[in-house]
Amino acid sequence: MSKFLKAFLVASMLASPALAAGKYGLGRVATADEVKAWDIDVRPDGVGLPKGKGTVEEGEELFVDNCASCHGDFGEGVDRWPVLSGGHGSLTDERPVKTIGSYWPYASTLFDYIRRAMPFGAAQTLEADEIYAITAYLLNMNDVVDDDFELSDENFKTIKLENEANFFMDDRAEKELKEFVEEPCMSACKAKVEITKRAVIVDVTPEEGGEVGGSLD
Amino acid sequence: MSIMFKGKKPSRRAFLKGALATSAGALSGGAALAAGEKVITEVQPWNSELGDGVDAMPYGQPSEFEAHVKRRTVEWLTADPVSSINFTPLHELDGILTPNGLAFERHHGGTAHIDPKEHRLMINGLVERQLVFTMDDLMRFPRENHVYFLECAANSGMEWRGAQLNGCQFTHGMIHNVMYTGVKLRTLLEEAGVKPSGKWLLAEGADSSGMTRSIPMEKALDDCLVAFKMNGEALRPEQGYPVRLVVPGWEGNMWVKWLRRLEVGDQPWHHREETSKYTDLLENGQARRFTWEMDAKSVITNPSPQAPLTHKKGPTVLTGLAWSGRGTIPRVDVTIDGGITWHKARISGPSLDKSMHRFYFEFDWDGKPLLLQSRAHDSTGYVQPTKDQLRKHRGVNSIYHNNGIQTWAIDAEGNAENVEIS
Repeated sequence: MSKFLKAFLVASMLASPALAAGKYGLGRVATADEVKAWDIDVRPDGVGLPKGKGTVEEGEELFVDNCASCHGDFGEGVDRWPVLSGGHGSLTDERPVKTIGSYWPYASTLFDYIRRAMPFGAAQTLEADEIYAITAYLLNMNDVVDDDFELSDENFKTIKLENEANFFMDDRAEKELKEFVEEPCMSACKAKVEITKRAVIVDVTPEEGGEVGGSLD
Repeated sequence: MSIMFKGKKPSRRAFLKGALATSAGALSGGAALAAGEKVITEVQPWNSELGDGVDAMPYGQPSEFEAHVKRRTVEWLTADPVSSINFTPLHELDGILTPNGLAFERHHGGTAHIDPKEHRLMINGLVERQLVFTMDDLMRFPRENHVYFLECAANSGMEWRGAQLNGCQFTHGMIHNVMYTGVKLRTLLEEAGVKPSGKWLLAEGADSSGMTRSIPMEKALDDCLVAFKMNGEALRPEQGYPVRLVVPGWEGNMWVKWLRRLEVGDQPWHHREETSKYTDLLENGQARRFTWEMDAKSVITNPSPQAPLTHKKGPTVLTGLAWSGRGTIPRVDVTIDGGITWHKARISGPSLDKSMHRFYFEFDWDGKPLLLQSRAHDSTGYVQPTKDQLRKHRGVNSIYHNNGIQTWAIDAEGNAENVEIS
């Protein structure tokens, strides 16, 4: 192959990267419709939001029909299903109540999660306007927006949640590691030992059929 | 004394055995003991009758006598059994590999059952070529085999306030360790061509929870795998069949199952499982996010509350598991007196990067109560902390990443209880 032709081929590949193959040439190029169908994720900066809008009022009706059977009419949570509202100022309490309003850092997370995973058992069946409406209602329930608010792709980025600033990057390496690399004692490490806590007193191991609060979900 | 013969006439061997038993009984006067155990002195059905043919069980199953060895759930932990968890029976296992059928399950929208012919993996976003792969396509990339542990970030999460669940299955069973076969994630990303601005990766599942997690590109290009086999066979449906992400050493939630999409972006997505969940709330009300790495941890699996010491005093085998998300486990210390004296345990079996390690400590039990603990050291020099050391830094509401030292109290009867000590 002439140098000129080689240079031409390389240049044309760079100009149309979608047509160039990878090292193995496996797989095929995704179509625009395929990417659109699956690329449903939303970020805090609003990237990924579909066009649409919905009001708090519309959201209330949709919430009662689609969500309240698990989350309760006011987001209080039925049985052990997630509590969605309340808990303001509880994060330093003995039993924090972590809700959208009290804990979540971003409203985009709410939109994204409803869009991909809710209603539980009928995921990805809601229209964009319905998701905006339910999101608006949940924000209203958490005192983030007023009763007459209409949420849309255009005003979404104006929504800020109060707990955003309380999240920070994992700092275990700086805060804990120094203490956790010390050579430990191997003999005569303490004068005596006492049992301070016992599982049999708590009694929640499945065989015992214990019923207590608490959730990992 | 009579001996039943199944054959037509007494054999010489059976006759001799009967004569021996009779004379031994006569000599000692204690017929039952001297006669010996019936499983030895009498022909048992399995000694004589034919067993199952080769195809009685085309896919082999454990012995019927092992029926108690199973994953178990703790119902009160979650609202329903679909978005829920169960636990690996660590106290019934040995070595380092978890059998596929006993690997704990955690799903957020139930187990999806997907025909591999209908499954696709898409790479989109900041790449030169947005690609779609079939499972057949994935099988044509070079493969690797690696043994890795997968631990849920919430493993031991019920123990922050104190000893709660009686059994290492429940306190430590949100973990499994299997050999994965798969394609390096890096190979697939290079096939699509990550653009220079591509710093983060979003992995997404095809199940009804549409599980998503943001992964920094550095990790994605390092040691992650897109795996389709576990312990040599296809992934189990509950482990993400036909294909899952493997994120070695990092919290299990990131190992997206039923993997259908990888999007390259320039910043993280801050989705539900990395904001509302899987963030670690500290005592001051602030929360750590992106706590990906699993710190070094260990647990004594035997004896433990579900596996008491039934033999009373004498030679005793203590065994357990240790692992670290940062490397290997060169050393495990064990104490049987509540931490007054520690002993270096013996590690047996392969010592692999970000894999479980099996340790043993054999001792002569005097029949008195014991307080057992194990303490893992990893290859970076990290030493497993006590629960109180962790509480000092984190309080008791962080749910995730509880890698504190576990204590089992053994009483004079050999029963074990989950306790904490001074």
